[in-house]
Amino acid sequence: MNERRAAILFLTPALAVILLFFLLPVGASLLLSLTDFDLYALADVHNIRLIAFRNYSDLLGNPLFWKALGNTMYFTVIGGPLTVIVSLATALLVNAKSARFKPLFRTVYFAPVVTTIVAVAVVWKYLYHPRYGLLDRALGLFGIAPIDWLGDPRWAMPAIILLAVWKNFGYNMIIFVAALQGIPEELYEAARIDGANGVQQFRHVTLPMLGPTFVFVGIITAIGYLQLFPEPYVMTRGGPVNSTLSVVMLMYEQGFRWWNMGFAAAVAFILFLFIGAATLLQLWVQRRRA
Amino acid sequence: MRSAIINVLLIVTALLTVIPLLWMISASFMPTGEATIYPPRLLPSVPTLAHYYELFTRMNFGRTFANSMIVAVSITLCSLLLNSMAGYAFAKLRFAGRDRLFNALVAALVIPTQVGMLPLFLMLKSVHLINSYWGVIFPSAATIFGIFLIRQFMLSIPDDLLDAARIDGAGEFRIYWKIVLPLARPVLVTLAIFTFMSSWNDFMWPLIVLTDNSKYTLPVAVANLVGEHVQDIELMMASSVLTVLPVLILFLALQRHYIAGIMVGSVKG
Repeated sequence: MNERRAAILFLTPALAVILLFFLLPVGASLLLSLTDFDLYALADVHNIRLIAFRNYSDLLGNPLFWKALGNTMYFTVIGGPLTVIVSLATALLVNAKSARFKPLFRTVYFAPVVTTIVAVAVVWKYLYHPRYGLLDRALGLFGIAPIDWLGDPRWAMPAIILLAVWKNFGYNMIIFVAALQGIPEELYEAARIDGANGVQQFRHVTLPMLGPTFVFVGIITAIGYLQLFPEPYVMTRGGPVNSTLSVVMLMYEQGFRWWNMGFAAAVAFILFLFIGAATLLQLWVQRRRA
Repeated sequence: MRSAIINVLLIVTALLTVIPLLWMISASFMPTGEATIYPPRLLPSVPTLAHYYELFTRMNFGRTFANSMIVAVSITLCSLLLNSMAGYAFAKLRFAGRDRLFNALVAALVIPTQVGMLPLFLMLKSVHLINSYWGVIFPSAATIFGIFLIRQFMLSIPDDLLDAARIDGAGEFRIYWKIVLPLARPVLVTLAIFTFMSSWNDFMWPLIVLTDNSKYTLPVAVANLVGEHVQDIELMMASSVLTVLPVLILFLALQRHYIAGIMVGSVKG
């Protein structure tokens, strides 16, 4: 049997699954976004009409879409960097020479990453309770008045960001630790000989050496955060007053609750656009550095 | 001094990290109503299994747990077989257009899964796979990430070994099954953990596909409980413990392999 024939046999099952259940639907989604597919079309496909880009123009005129996009950007632009900073800080701690029980701490910090987001979102929903929640209780010890985290439109998104930082920092931390261990010790020795103190070593050796890792971690975090969905679904249902409605949640509500599938497909493509832009940004930065 | 600060910070961060999980476990053992008293309690006055009992009897969570297990195990087995076959072909079999095809697949990683969900739902609906385990299993039976992970590992298997087996007259499938798979054991373990955990934790697609209570997986059932039993905090916490504990235990037992997978993903970028 020649290798070509073998290759076709080995590839076919996996590629068929990917083509049929992923690539084909993605293509169909683009078509769907150009139709007025709704509840009536679900009942009888003859009710579908091609409407070109009307879903997209409707979208741009829809305040709810702008609200969802704004919320998602808020979550990504504030939550993303915050997560990366906490990841780096904990990586530096875990990697410090004087740190003890390193493997134990690494495991503990990583644990939230493997937990089920729906389950821990439920837990945090109660931690945030203004009367019975531990968080306001702890803040009370410092004389801070109770905050109605999930009930107040100003605080609901920061609350979800805090949960996301807790849930995700361990992942990036592992990547930062590996990158830190990859920095040659001689660079620090040379810096010390030149009289650089700890802070200067960090600024002039550690940070520049971590550059590529920063880009990688930043982009994968951003891509993940642009897809915000389970946290608001479980904790706030997008409220209060749509302050935590995300793009994916808007797609879900429009597509699978109201069956405005044409409109929802347009929302999905806008999401794709943003994620594609984030990825291109990564490639561009990488190429510029190289 | 410096060393003391570092170690104190490590401990404080560790506490902040585990408190939500510890509170979840503690509250799941509290008698009804004890998690909603003021000031909040940290530990149950009298630990009780009542909420777990209620979940497994009245709320039929045994079934839900089994659903999650069926779906996650099926996806893991499919993904091990299909991804390892494709990964092997991309790494070791020589055919025209191989690298171009592989690069095209990797490029498609950029597409978020949500983009295809609407047509996929309509497709599955037309073949009556909505509200069926298969509707959840099929779309995850092979993944680009899985193929990538396997391929990167198998690149390091020497060609000479495979060519020698070919000269000895071994068929291609025999080579894959008897030589390549045993050598690839470490990466297969990594892929298995990754796949099991991500399908166990997956929420959005099961939420869309599984419409009937008796088919729900744990995350869907828990999210559904939040809507109906928002007042029963202790019950909610017990359901969260049931959901989180299996993956947490799996991670603690096999974390070395799990971390290895993250590193492969990040090296390539």
